[in-house]
Amino acid sequence: MRRAVLTAASTTALVVLLLSLKPHQPAGLTGDPSQVGAAPAPSPSGSPRRGGHPADGTYTGAPISTRYGDVQVAATVTAGRLTAVKVLRAPSENGRDREIAAYAVPRLTQEALSVHSARIDAVSGASYTSEGYIRSLQSALDQAGV
Amino acid sequence: MGTVFSFDIRGARTASVEAALGEAVAWLHHVDAVFSTYRPGSAISRLGRGEIGLDDCPAEVREVLDRCERAERATGGWFSPTAGTTLDPSGLVKGWAVERAWQLLRAAGARDTCVNGGGDLRFGGESAPGCPWRIGIAHPLRPGDLCAVVTGRDLAVATSGSAERGPHILDPHTGAPAAGPASVTVVGPDLSTTDAYATAAFAMGADARAWLAGLDGYEGFAVLQDGRSWRTPGFPGPEFTFRPSASATSW
Repeated sequence: MRRAVLTAASTTALVVLLLSLKPHQPAGLTGDPSQVGAAPAPSPSGSPRRGGHPADGTYTGAPISTRYGDVQVAATVTAGRLTAVKVLRAPSENGRDREIAAYAVPRLTQEALSVHSARIDAVSGASYTSEGYIRSLQSALDQAGV
Repeated sequence: MGTVFSFDIRGARTASVEAALGEAVAWLHHVDAVFSTYRPGSAISRLGRGEIGLDDCPAEVREVLDRCERAERATGGWFSPTAGTTLDPSGLVKGWAVERAWQLLRAAGARDTCVNGGGDLRFGGESAPGCPWRIGIAHPLRPGDLCAVVTGRDLAVATSGSAERGPHILDPHTGAPAAGPASVTVVGPDLSTTDAYATAAFAMGADARAWLAGLDGYEGFAVLQDGRSWRTPGFPGPEFTFRPSASATSW
C-alpha cells in the first residue's frame, strides 16, 4: 500500500521517506487528485505502471508556490530507483532568496539521492523546511509510481 | 507544528487501514490546532497567556502537561515545557502525537508501518517479510551523509540537533539556547518518551552520555560540533540492531 503524506510545512525526512519505497513493493498509484502536490502537472516523459518498477523516465513535478517563490523539480527514475533530481525553478527574486536556494537545493538533492542508495527505509534527523522542493518532488514521484 | 508527517504502510490496504489512516491524519491536524505555539489562538497559546484555564482546554492538554511533568522528573529537570518565557511543550508533543497516530494504524491491522514526524520516527513490524526496518541517522555536519544505521522491528528513533533549524532547544536551567552536540539520537521503545529524552539529552550536552547509558531500554548516539561522536554501550557500532527491553520504562 502506498504511503499518504500530510503536509503542513516540510522536512528533509519527508524527501527521504518518499524516496524510500523499494522496488520490491508494488507501486499502485498515480492519478489520484487528492494526493498532496499532485495537482495539474506537466506531462511526464515516462508513463507510470501499476505493480513492479515504475517506468524509466523523467517525471516533472507540479510547480509549488511557497512564500519565497515557485519551486519545481523533475525526478529521473531508472530501474525503479531515483537517479537524479533536477531543479527547474527555485526562488530568485532577491539576493537573499538566491543565496538560500543555492545552498539548500543541492543539499536536498544530494540528500534525496544519497539516502535512496543506502538501502534504508527512513532517516532520523533534525528537520528543516523545504516545502516547495519536497512537494514538487512528491508530485514527480507520484507520477512515476516510485 | 510546522513539519511534515508521513505514513509508510507496508502490507494489505484494507478498509480498516484506510479508515485508520484518515483518523491518524485528522488526529495530527487536531494536535496542531490545539498545541501549536505558532498559532496565537491555539489552546496552548491561550493557556500560556493566562487567557483560559486548564479546564477550558481540550482533555489532551492536561494529558500532555502531565507527561511534561513526568518527563521533567525523569530527566532531572533537563526537559521542561517552560524552559523559555512561554509555555511550550513542543519537545514532547510531536513524539506523543506520532506515537498515537502509529497506534491507531496498528490497532487497525497495519502492523508493518512507519510514521515519520519531521525526522522523529515510530516503527512496527517489518519493511518486508523477514526484513527489519533500517533507519539512517542523518549526519548533522555532512548533509546527505548518514552517521549511523539502526535496524529493528518495534522501535522509536528521535534526533535532536541544531544543525537544521539553528539553536532552538533551550537549557531549562539558564533559559538560553543549549550549546549541545551537533545532534543526539535516542532509540527507545515508544516515541513519546524517546522524543522527550532526545530533547533533554541535547540540552544536557556532555552529561547525556552517562545519563542515557543508565536508562534501561534506551540507547543514544551523538555527533559533536567538532565531528567526534559517542555512543552508549548498547549502541555498539555505526550499525546496530535495537531489541526492546522488557524492563524499559515508558510513561
